[in-house]
Amino acid sequence: MIVAELKEIPEIRKMIDRYQSVLVVGCDSCVAECAVGGRRETALLAAAIRLSYAKENKSRIITEACLDRQCVDDFIEGVASQVPEHDAILSLGCGAGVQALARVYTDKPIIPALDTLFIGETEMRGVWQENCLGCGQCKLGYFGAVCPVTRCSKKLMNGPCGGSKDGRCEVHPDIPCGWDMILKRLEALGEIDRLREYVPPVDWSTSHSGGPRRVVREDQKP
Amino acid sequence: MKTESRLEKMLNAGHFAVTAECGPSKGSDVDALREKGSYLLDRVDAVNVTDNQTAIVRMSSVAASAILKTMGHEPILQMVTRDRNRIALQSDLFGAYALGLRNVLCLTGDHQCFGNQKEAVGVFDLDSMQLIRTVRDMRDESKIIGGEDIQVAPKMFIGAAANPFADPVGWRVVRLAKKIDAGADFIQTQCIFNIDRFRTYMRQADDMGLTDKVYILAGITPIKSAGMARYMATKVAGMDVPKELIDRVAGVPSDKQAAEGIKIAVETIQQVREIKGVAGIHLMAIEWEHKVPEILEAAGLGTRPRV
Repeated sequence: MIVAELKEIPEIRKMIDRYQSVLVVGCDSCVAECAVGGRRETALLAAAIRLSYAKENKSRIITEACLDRQCVDDFIEGVASQVPEHDAILSLGCGAGVQALARVYTDKPIIPALDTLFIGETEMRGVWQENCLGCGQCKLGYFGAVCPVTRCSKKLMNGPCGGSKDGRCEVHPDIPCGWDMILKRLEALGEIDRLREYVPPVDWSTSHSGGPRRVVREDQKP
Repeated sequence: MKTESRLEKMLNAGHFAVTAECGPSKGSDVDALREKGSYLLDRVDAVNVTDNQTAIVRMSSVAASAILKTMGHEPILQMVTRDRNRIALQSDLFGAYALGLRNVLCLTGDHQCFGNQKEAVGVFDLDSMQLIRTVRDMRDESKIIGGEDIQVAPKMFIGAAANPFADPVGWRVVRLAKKIDAGADFIQTQCIFNIDRFRTYMRQADDMGLTDKVYILAGITPIKSAGMARYMATKVAGMDVPKELIDRVAGVPSDKQAAEGIKIAVETIQQVREIKGVAGIHLMAIEWEHKVPEILEAAGLGTRPRV
């Protein structure tokens, strides 16, 4: 899923202050799972924004709504009736949700309330971990299902580097060394031999380096 | 002989080699670079010219190497994959060779979070292993990445780094073997303070037959003070500075700590010379280049053989 964090209210205010009425739109998918943009969080943010204006004796119309998914047209239409009554939309979707709203509601400014961070997993309650960079050529099968591109701070394919100490990354002691994880897992699986082979340079053309990516499947089109 | 490198000639002739590090200036000060270089001239067989070491912006290692070469030095161009993609790295290798450089040390580099440009993008298009292979394919196959032919291929003597003290320990010698397979001709190790751990590493390397395939230069760094020893023990990535060593330096008055550090460096040089498979030393006297002659004299390496 996509993991995101809520922006600070002053930063959001800076972007929305020019509008008299704002529709705050949540997304009940990934960003609900990471407890930042679902129904509950949308209500909380709308209330916080109302309060911040009230404190300054400023009158604003702040309406809340939540879509099941902000990145799919069929769902985006769920707020179609409310959009014309507002000057702008404040989105609690990820970057994809914000841009999908902008594509559908062409005449409305769409403002992000979140900083979108990464593709990751809920490791435990309150902990989300990045583990996929979407490089477009998954090689997890060779690395014991631990991604060297994502979990190594230097994207090393023939690692580990000299900065690995006690299973920790040189970048920060809170970061586990991805290569330490790869080695331990392959050792446990009895597949350490996979790492003796030289891994040639990665083809980054299938990653974002090749430009914005798009998947078109004729068999799925209406 | 694979190249015209003077260092290769030296090692090939069986001499115990001495290399030293010379960090380029933070800025375009040629005089400062020449001054550092002057302390090392005729004292060492080759100088390593660092590439934005610890991710701090400095004069480019290609430019600094070319300047040091005009002084009569044999530069070892350090190249990290942190800042340049494969287009820039290969282009710089062409340029470096055209400028007369004949040795390259292939590194990944410290993460940019350590330096003075923490917000920079980390390129890491290649890793050090892939850079080694790239330089080798240029030299031995006259090909760049992707297989295109090149005219007048750079023929570099290829170096790589090894850290016997990093974790996971069991993997370190395997990684050394991988670097040799990828094309490394010589190895310069991380600073050695834990001599026992280094001995174990060299024994493993020797058992795997690696010492016959590659020249290993043992990394030596003189400690300037107890503070520096503590800093290296706790703050520098991939260092193993035993507590006894810190205590030894801390045990002498502060104005005598530098002399004690040099004494330790000399003792370490003498100890590593006895280890099978050690083909030379690599002296990293950080911002202390002028002490290099004194250290080498004391270690009995004051005079360099002519090759």
